[in-house]
Amino acid sequence: MIRVVLPANLRTLASVGREVELEVGGPVTQRTVLDALEAEYPMLRGTIRDQTTKRRRSLLRFFACEEDLSDESPDAPLPDQVIAGREPFLIIGAIAGG
Amino acid sequence: MASVRVLVGTRKGAFVLTSDERRQNWKVDGPHFAGWEVYHVNGSPADPDRLYASQSRGWFGQVLQRSNDGGATWEAAGNEFKYDGTPGTHKWYDNTDHPWEFARVWHLEPSLNDPDTVYAGVEDAALFKSVDAGKTWEELPSLRTHQTAPSWAPGAGGLCLHTIILDPKTPDRIFTAISSAGAFRSDDAGKTWKAINKGLHSQYIPDPDAEVGHCVHRLAMHPSRPNTLFMQKHWDVMRTDDAGDTWHEISGNLPTDFGFAIDVHSHEPETVYVVPITSDSDHFVPDGKLRVYRSRTGGNEWEALTKGLPQENCYVNVLRDAMAVDSLDKCGVYFGTSGGQVYASADAGDSWNPIVRDLPAVLSVQVQTLA
Repeated sequence: MIRVVLPANLRTLASVGREVELEVGGPVTQRTVLDALEAEYPMLRGTIRDQTTKRRRSLLRFFACEEDLSDESPDAPLPDQVIAGREPFLIIGAIAGG
Repeated sequence: MASVRVLVGTRKGAFVLTSDERRQNWKVDGPHFAGWEVYHVNGSPADPDRLYASQSRGWFGQVLQRSNDGGATWEAAGNEFKYDGTPGTHKWYDNTDHPWEFARVWHLEPSLNDPDTVYAGVEDAALFKSVDAGKTWEELPSLRTHQTAPSWAPGAGGLCLHTIILDPKTPDRIFTAISSAGAFRSDDAGKTWKAINKGLHSQYIPDPDAEVGHCVHRLAMHPSRPNTLFMQKHWDVMRTDDAGDTWHEISGNLPTDFGFAIDVHSHEPETVYVVPITSDSDHFVPDGKLRVYRSRTGGNEWEALTKGLPQENCYVNVLRDAMAVDSLDKCGVYFGTSGGQVYASADAGDSWNPIVRDLPAVLSVQVQTLA
């Protein structure tokens, strides 16, 4: 199972806790994880990536295994730790200081 | 006994305020969609328990919510607002061409007779329609592709379509208003549009009498007289009696004619309400006094309504969608402020009481009168 951590506002929207678990068939990439997330929780469509272009919304970042994966190809495999379910894939709302 | 439901959109969620027809004791329910901006909540005239809410945040974009039980529970509806065809450009603040980009839904206007049909006014300015209770949305593109649209430029709040009025006597007639393009009318259910800004005079644009470019803040209509519209423009309060073909000013003795909100008494088509705001640089009420102004003569002659409203040290704003009326025998008038207060008058404005004082900044107030 792939573990995904959502930002607080999206947890409320999807009526879920901090982390959700997803079954992802085939290669585990940003795209397939988000496809599975949106299939399970359709109310999240458009809130993480554009519904048409599938581009990440600019104020969200994708982290895993202490790495910022936001600018990686959406079709690049996610880290083995994420694929194995030992580490979550984190969707983070950008945070400014001040 | 009749009752009233007040639908409040704020910077940090939505609230549903309910009372019986006495409008003295209120139940406050919320926040719904906590932490999200709720630009508008509106109910279907055909089925008052069918509500639609526009929920958005800069991080996560637009969500559209629907309720089938008067706001007790909500479910996410469709949120894909895709411009028809290649969107083209409008003018940007620096007069360069800027591509049309969807930002949010400002206003939701359910059909007068079908709860599953609802219109959405969006930023960047366009009109969308859903006929399946908000599940899917299609643009009525001829407004955004109006011949003048490439010259439209945003106001400070964005290039937003914020007002949609459906004519109860002429079903194919729709009025819209866009900041800062102006007012538009369709007589064929949105297939074609006419700019209806003749008589508007705006000194802050190169040609003060131009066909478009006027910063219309709000339109209001009494359903018994759909050819008469009242307008709060950036500056100036205006009136038309020919469905927008010509306008004339009715600011009269107002202390300032800048403002956002305007509405009409539910039983007296010549009784109009505005909340004057100091200026476009000072978005708060003049002299530290929160005053609603009422005209019983269709404009020009205005009286200040102050009983129950703060008359010192008050510096709030009342936004364009944040005033509404109920249709009880003694017309109720409601408005919300940037300070989080929602005030109600159960006597047509003669006296006021706060329903709530400490909500997040109020973006919109809509009222349903329930049998």
